Amino acid sequence: MRNLPSPILVNSPATLRADATGSSLRLVAGGEWTVPEAPRMDTALRAIGFTGIREAEIDANAVTMLDSSGAWLFVRAAHEIQASGCRLVRFAVPERFRPLIEAISGIEVEGRGAMHPASPRFGRSVERLGRATVEVLRQGYDLVEFLGRVTVETGEAILAPRRELPLPAFFQQIEETGLTALPIVGLLAFLLGVVLTYQGADQLKRFGAEVYTIDFLAIGFMREIGGLVTAIIVAGRSGSAFTAQIGTMRVNEETDAMRTIGLNTTEILVVPRVLGLMIALPLLTFFADVVGIIGGMVMTYFDLGITFPAFLRELEGAITLKTLMVGLVKAPVFAFVIALVGCFEGMRVERNAASVGRLTTRSVVESIFLIIALDAGFSVLFSMLGI
Amino acid sequence: MAKDDGIAIRIRGLVNGFGGKVIHDHIDLDVKKAEVLAVVGGSGTGKSVLLRSIVGLNRPLSGSIRVFGQETAQIDSDSLRGLQLRWGVLFQEGALFSSLTVAQNIQVPMRRWTNMSQELMDELTAIKLSLVGLPADAAPKFPSELSGGMKKRAGLARALALDPELLFLDEPTSGLDPISADHFDALIKQLRESLGLTVFMVTHDLDSLKATADRIAVLIGGKIRTGTIADLSKDPDPWIHEYFTGPRGHAALNA
Repeated sequence: MRNLPSPILVNSPATLRADATGSSLRLVAGGEWTVPEAPRMDTALRAIGFTGIREAEIDANAVTMLDSSGAWLFVRAAHEIQASGCRLVRFAVPERFRPLIEAISGIEVEGRGAMHPASPRFGRSVERLGRATVEVLRQGYDLVEFLGRVTVETGEAILAPRRELPLPAFFQQIEETGLTALPIVGLLAFLLGVVLTYQGADQLKRFGAEVYTIDFLAIGFMREIGGLVTAIIVAGRSGSAFTAQIGTMRVNEETDAMRTIGLNTTEILVVPRVLGLMIALPLLTFFADVVGIIGGMVMTYFDLGITFPAFLRELEGAITLKTLMVGLVKAPVFAFVIALVGCFEGMRVERNAASVGRLTTRSVVESIFLIIALDAGFSVLFSMLGI
Repeated sequence: MAKDDGIAIRIRGLVNGFGGKVIHDHIDLDVKKAEVLAVVGGSGTGKSVLLRSIVGLNRPLSGSIRVFGQETAQIDSDSLRGLQLRWGVLFQEGALFSSLTVAQNIQVPMRRWTNMSQELMDELTAIKLSLVGLPADAAPKFPSELSGGMKKRAGLARALALDPELLFLDEPTSGLDPISADHFDALIKQLRESLGLTVFMVTHDLDSLKATADRIAVLIGGKIRTGTIADLSKDPDPWIHEYFTGPRGHAALNA
């Protein structure tokens, strides 16, 4: 974003005159040598060649204003004159600018090494690929380690509840991840029920089997859709919140403070979230199943003219307790994965705000990926077991 | 437009408040050109709010703030244009752009306001880095790779990028070790001598106060008192008295 020349007023523009007489050169400068004038004077100075000059002189006595950019231009010119093998016989500046010139000339500007990081080349992109691969593997290893730690801590918290088990935190998590998610989960489940019923009815009508829309809806929703959609919503809603909450605590050094006091961060921060979500998500899933089927019920009434009592009779024949349980049994597993990934990424936050954002994104993507992969795994498992 | 009356910042009847609590109650303050004015005050007396109001980041409830004759209290970007080139602001934690390297951070104001060549920008960046005492290898680093003190220095280098006439410093020496803080004070003095720099700083550092400040403004109970250290030491207000004659004040000011 390069902008127009500065709107600032320069009272007396900078001037530069180069008088060459034989082998001696005289640079005469005047006016305001300040930032607004620096680009112009930079170009003017670079245009002057010092080859074939034996003696040079810089006369800046007529300079009325000088800032560090102007001072640098003079100092650079002096350096260049000396570097090209000629003698600087005089370097005159007004007395009040002398300290600044001296301060600037004491600074070594060239040879300070690279000012900017090297731009990526092919070799570097291979290097980056390698680094990223190692990073992914290391992260997988860390995640497994974290899984172990959380499993042990969670198991201890359940089996041998110590006094310091943070019960209020646990209930607060259930409220935050479960109760407050009811409206959004309910709305989305209802709409999905409507949409699925509409699509199912459209296809089944062709076979005159529209009454089986109810079976299709109920079984589909309870076994797969309800659990999956709820888990994805919660991953986006609560998984990200876990990462952001714990990440912010990392940035504020709150987790470090806990450690120095002798508190176990996993027990205090992770266990309530894991346990809370493992309670909340199955409940939410059941709620989504019910609301989704109600959505379907409303739709079948308007689309197919099936009354509510008729719908419920058909529903009773279509599903068993097993249908519901197949869907619900997955929910605690999803909950565990969401909470685990959310907390894990939160614990990985470095002490800067940018990493909170980066890891929150990563936490959501990872947990949704894992949910869908696990769901596929469950499908294979259930079909092998003939459930 | 500005008539040159030797005043860099002129504040009249400034009122600031949040949620019914008045922080500044009709404050008047003049900062003369080429002077170093330090603002002190207890926690919550609105030192940073005052600074933010002057640079146009905080809209006051009422009052007028003129910087070089231009009103900043009624901020709109057009009327502030040009002022931003003449002032530099150092925020408490440096406020470096985290997605840019230190060198790029320092070059942001240069790119925005001038058409310098990349070469000249790099050279001037090296100068600023050296002026604020950062090592050469800090230039290509990102802010997340720097310590707190280094961030502050890099922030100062960015504030100085365009050799501003007016420098705002929000607790410049807090978090610096005493030697760096001394260098910092010397740097401010030197820049002021050569550039005629006007400095408005919020500080708690009594040594820094003594070394650099021409006048001190004390914010207390929504009002402001200004004067030299000698004037204020005689002030009857208990807080001010304690501030300048308490153990720390005594040690720093009589050193």
